[in-house]
Amino acid sequence: MTTALRKERIDRCIKAVTDDIFCISSLREISYLVLPRVIPIIGLVLIAFLVPLYWKKVLVITFMMSIMALSWDFLASCGLVSLGHSLFFALGAYSSGAFNHYLGLPVYLSIPFGTLSGAMISTICLYPALRLRGIYFSMVTLIIPLMLLRVVEVTKIMGGTEGMTALSPLPSLPYSIMISMIALWAAFFGLRRFINSDYGLIFNALKDNDRAVEASGLSIVWFKIQAVFIGSGIAAFCGAFMTHYYMSVGMSAFALDLSIFPIAASVVGGVGTLAGPLLGAVILGPLSETLRAFGTFRIVIYAALLGTFVAVLPEGIFHYLSRKYHQIERWVEVAGGVSEN
Amino acid sequence: MIVYGFLNSVILALMALGFSITFGISRVANFAHGGFYILGGILTWFFLMKVGLPYPIAAFLAVIIVGIIGGLMFRVVLIRLRGLELSEVIATFAVGIVILELLRSMGFMGYEYRLPVFIDGSVDIFGTYVGLQRLIIVGVGFILLVAMHLFVHHTKTGRAFRGVAQEDRTALTVGINPDKISLLSLFAGSAICSLSAIVILPLGTISIDDGYDVLIKSLAVCIIGGLESSVGVIVAAFVIGYAEVFTAMYISSSLTMVVTLATMLIILLVKPSGLFGKSKEIEERV
Repeated sequence: MTTALRKERIDRCIKAVTDDIFCISSLREISYLVLPRVIPIIGLVLIAFLVPLYWKKVLVITFMMSIMALSWDFLASCGLVSLGHSLFFALGAYSSGAFNHYLGLPVYLSIPFGTLSGAMISTICLYPALRLRGIYFSMVTLIIPLMLLRVVEVTKIMGGTEGMTALSPLPSLPYSIMISMIALWAAFFGLRRFINSDYGLIFNALKDNDRAVEASGLSIVWFKIQAVFIGSGIAAFCGAFMTHYYMSVGMSAFALDLSIFPIAASVVGGVGTLAGPLLGAVILGPLSETLRAFGTFRIVIYAALLGTFVAVLPEGIFHYLSRKYHQIERWVEVAGGVSEN
Repeated sequence: MIVYGFLNSVILALMALGFSITFGISRVANFAHGGFYILGGILTWFFLMKVGLPYPIAAFLAVIIVGIIGGLMFRVVLIRLRGLELSEVIATFAVGIVILELLRSMGFMGYEYRLPVFIDGSVDIFGTYVGLQRLIIVGVGFILLVAMHLFVHHTKTGRAFRGVAQEDRTALTVGINPDKISLLSLFAGSAICSLSAIVILPLGTISIDDGYDVLIKSLAVCIIGGLESSVGVIVAAFVIGYAEVFTAMYISSSLTMVVTLATMLIILLVKPSGLFGKSKEIEERV
C-alpha cells in the first residue's frame, strides 16, 4: 500500500510579486516581466537579417503563415473554428491578383484593395453559415473552399486552372521581410489588444456563452459577421501579399495545406492565446520547409503531428512553457488518501 | 432521367449513411469518412488483385479492417477528447488526411486501380439502359437501410445505440456503457462507409481526390438533411441527387458541384437546422 500523491502547482514568488503588488523594484523582476516579451521580437529581427538568402525567403513565408495562424486563432476564440482557412487566403490572393492583372493597379494599391474585397467576399460566402455554431460551422467552412475551387476550375474565371501570372513583384527582399514582419507584429498586438478590450470581450463571449450575448441585447450574427470580417481580412492580406511575392496566383491558393497549417500551428502552440499559434507557426514553418523534399508526404507529417498534439498535449506548447515559467510543481501526499493499488 | 436521378440519389445516400450513423449515435463527426471510403476501396483492390482472394472475401475483409481502424481511432485518439467536439473534429480530420495523403504518396493513382463490376451487363428500365452494378447499389442501399432499421429497433445492442443517441448519461444509469457503444458506432459507421465504397467504386477508377469529394458530399447531404435523422439523409440525398442530374442535363455537367454548394447554402439560409433537424438540435445549432 502506497500513499497517494498529488501534483501541486504553486506560483513562483517572483510571479506573485510582479503580478499582484505591481511594485517593480529590482532588475530581476523587470526582466522577469520584460524578457519573454522582448526576446522573441528582437530574436526574429536578428534572425531575419542574419540568415542566408534561402532562409530569408522561407522566413517571409513563415511570417505569412504565422499571420494565418493568428487569424485562425482569433476566429477560434470567437467560437468559429474554420477548417477551410484557405478560402480567405485564396479570396485575398485572387482579388488582389485581379486588381493587378485586370485593372493594372500598382502593388501598394492592389494589396490593400485585395485584402478588403477578399474579406468582404469571404464574409458574404460564410454569411449563411453564421447562424450555425460549433462543428456545424466547421463543416460548412470545410466545404466552401473545396467547392469554390471547382467553380474556378470549371468556369475558367480568373485564369481557370492556370491562374494569373506575371503580376507586379514586390520591391526587394529586405522590404518583403520588413513588411511581413511589421504585419505580423501588427496583427499580433492588434488582435491581442482588441480581444482584451471591452468590445473584444463580446467576441470571446460568442464562444463561451452566446446566449448571454443575445440576452444582453446584442445580435450574435452581427458580431460574428464582424469577427469573420476581421479574421478573413487578416488571412486575405496574407493571400494578397503572397500573390505579389510569387508574382502569380493559381488554384494552389485553395490548397489543403493552407487550411491545415493554421490549425496545426495553433494546436501545436496552444489554442486561444495568440502567442501560441505564433510559436507553433515559427516552429512548423521552417520544419515544413525542410520537409519539402518529401512532397505530398509532408501533409501526412503535418496531419499526424496535429493528431498527436490534439490527443497527447491538448494545451499546446505555449501553455506548457508558460506554466513551467510561472509555476513550480511538486508532488505532495494527499492527506489521509490511500491509492487504490 | 428520372431513373438516373434516382440512382445518383441512392449513391449519395449510401455515401452519407456511414457518416450519419456515427454522428447520430456518438456525436462524433467523423471527418475521416473520405479516408475510410478510399481505404475500403484500396484494401478490396489489394486483396482482390494482389492477394488473389475471391471478391466476397476480399470485400468482407476490407469492411472489417476499415471498421476496426475506425474503432481503433476512437479507442486511441477520440476517447481522450470526448465532449470537446471541436478537438474531435480536428483529430478525425487529421486522421482522414493522414490516410488519404499516405495512400497518395504510396502511389495509388491511375487507371489500373479500379475494382471490377460484380456482374457485367445492363437492363432496360422505362427506356433507359442501366448497368447492373447500379442496380446492385440500389439493392445494397435498400438492404442496408432495412437491416439498420431492424438492428436498431429489434436487437439489444441496437436499442443501446438509440439510448446513447438520446441521452448518454441516462443510458449509463441503466447499465449501457456509452464509450463502448460509441466505439461500436464508429466501427459500424466506418464499416458501412467501406461497404458503400466497395459497391460504388466499380463505377469508376479509385482516385484519392474522390476521398475529399465523398467527404464533402456526405457532409452536404447530412447538413441539408439534418445531421442525425436518417430520413433526412435520404430525402436530402434525393434533393441533391436530382439537382445534380438536372444541372447535368440542362445546364452543364461540370457545374454539378456548384449546384450542391448552392443548394446547401440556400437551405441553410432558410432553415438552419436542415430539412429534418429536430427542435433540440435547432437550439444547439443556431
